[in-house]
Amino acid sequence: MSDRSQLISTGKPFQYDQERDAEFERLVKRYPMRESMILPALWLIQEQEGWVSQEAIAYAADRIGTFASKVYEAATFYTMYHLQPMGENHICICRTLSCWLRGKQEIVDYLENEIGIKPGQISKNGKFSLEEVECLGHCGTAPVVQVNGEFHEDMSMDKLKSLLATLK
Amino acid sequence: MEVKILSAKFDIKDSHRIEVAKEHGAYSTLDKVFSMTPAEVIEEVKNSGLRGRGGAGFPTGIKWSFLPKDTGKPVYLTVNSDESEPGTFKDRYILVKDPHMLIEGIIICSYAIGSHDTYIYIRGEYTTQVKALQAAIDEAYAANYLGDTVDGNDFKLNVTVHRGAGAYICGEETALLESIEGRKGQPRSKPPFPAVAGLYSCPTIINNVQTIASLPFILNNGADAYKAYGTEKSSGTHLFGISGHVTKPGMYELPLGLPLLEVIEKVAGGIWKGRKLKAIIPGGSSTPVLLPDEAKTATLDYESMAEHKTMFGSGGIVVLDETVDIVELAKNLLDFYHHESCGQCTPCREGLGWMLKIVKKILRGNGSMDDVDLLRELCDNIEMKTVCVLSAACTMPIRSYLDKFRHEFEAYVTTEDSPAAEEKQE
Ligand SMILES: Cc1cc2nc3c(=O)[nH]c(=O)nc-3n(C[C@H](O)[C@H](O)[C@H](O)COP(=O)(O)O)c2cc1C
Ligand code: SF4
Ligand code: FES
Repeated sequence: MSDRSQLISTGKPFQYDQERDAEFERLVKRYPMRESMILPALWLIQEQEGWVSQEAIAYAADRIGTFASKVYEAATFYTMYHLQPMGENHICICRTLSCWLRGKQEIVDYLENEIGIKPGQISKNGKFSLEEVECLGHCGTAPVVQVNGEFHEDMSMDKLKSLLATLK
Repeated sequence: MEVKILSAKFDIKDSHRIEVAKEHGAYSTLDKVFSMTPAEVIEEVKNSGLRGRGGAGFPTGIKWSFLPKDTGKPVYLTVNSDESEPGTFKDRYILVKDPHMLIEGIIICSYAIGSHDTYIYIRGEYTTQVKALQAAIDEAYAANYLGDTVDGNDFKLNVTVHRGAGAYICGEETALLESIEGRKGQPRSKPPFPAVAGLYSCPTIINNVQTIASLPFILNNGADAYKAYGTEKSSGTHLFGISGHVTKPGMYELPLGLPLLEVIEKVAGGIWKGRKLKAIIPGGSSTPVLLPDEAKTATLDYESMAEHKTMFGSGGIVVLDETVDIVELAKNLLDFYHHESCGQCTPCREGLGWMLKIVKKILRGNGSMDDVDLLRELCDNIEMKTVCVLSAACTMPIRSYLDKFRHEFEAYVTTEDSPAAEEKQE
């Protein structure tokens, strides 16, 4: 959801921790072309840091043996890569067909009101970010929200309130 | 009405774990499969009538036989687990509840097509699902069902999970390949088809998760046992997702060919809150909508849906009750497809955005009759003039809304030359 037009520099060099390093080495053997590691490498960065910085892009390019522009191209095309730090709780609300039919707007309105930010924004204290996303593949238990990757299905106002209470 | 073929293990506790899955028959087909020739396996799949469950319904065995022989290049299998079409939610049940059925299917397919490397492309949002899948793959390696000697046979097979990162277009098979190769998910023009030049320019088969997961049953019980379910041309069972305005939304395994309205009534509990049915989207958001009268004669198979000028699609049935505003619905879907356009074709990138603008204008009450006509015209001018069918996946349903619910668009139109405006003045 971040501004996809520029990279942010942390001013510090990036490198994988031991666990990610090992996972990179395991995966790279699985592909006949090293550039296939571009998406996996970005995922490993995001898992480690929560977002993808300018230094991390340079690191991934180096590690793969490709141009930073190619890694940058992927990082900007695929919307799940964050090019800036997100809120501590990144809340995604499905806005598509079945969730829309079953009242996603009520959820968006409630969250906007409670947290005080609109989809696409990060709260000042860094606790929350909101994003409206496309169908999450859980249409049978709509409406659906995802918090830091975890699915919460069949959202009702009551469920939403208690979920938000645990995050605050 | 429900049957348990693919979902046989879904209700068993810990069915995702290899010991439990094996107790219930997982991997028991492999001895038989490895005693057959690859050609015999393909023949069995052809005879079963299995058709691709990713949306297009192409016969699976026939797709496999398009692979050129002896090219000297490796053959790749890619399993499509992108599951991003709005209204579709079936493959993830397999990933979480019975991943070993999928892995067994991958072994069967790989043996049949002579492939030693599988890539499973899973959408990035499936966080819990990817963990379950990877854990099952790790178990299968440890138990020697994957690796250098699959189940003790002289057959090597590696399975790698490749995570997408939030692009619907990567469900399109050639965009998926681009994505595995590390690029933007921009579809390739065909030909060449992936069977000839796919992943890394090598012969490649792309199949949906449910397609591959159907193989263990077919090989274990034979093509005839599979054909015992469904209709003559649409054999077998399907994991249907029923969502929207029904009392009991959810995923249900049903044989193909059942009457659509009966399924909505008996399986999904009918329209919620005692309301009336307005329309049904039969197979994911990209399929043209059916009016209640049309739905009366429709059955859940590829042929009946084609006769009703729509598509079976991915088995994602979305039910709309009488309160739905079709113009708002059109806006919701245009928003989706416009957002998900990969951007390489002007008619799709610009055209869908233009349509979205017009629908928003109509909703604001600033539209004219000409705008409604223009929308209809744009559908015709965008469709089939692009590299892939994402644009058509949008224009086909939008055209059906314009044709079947034109009065709803007109009701928003307020300029003076329109009958709707006159009505309002009266
Ligand atoms: C825009 C678009 C999105 C698609 N999304 C998916 C998807 O999420 N999952 C899938 O299996 N097939 C999807 N498909 C169909 C695939 O291109 C391909 O036909 C299918 O994976 C082949 O597998 P099958 O023969 O087993 O159905 C999509 C097609 C298009 C044009
Ligand atoms: S039709 Fe749209 S999604 Fe498909 S290739 Fe063209 S721009 Fe990309
Ligand atoms: S429409 Fe929201 S999960 Fe599919």
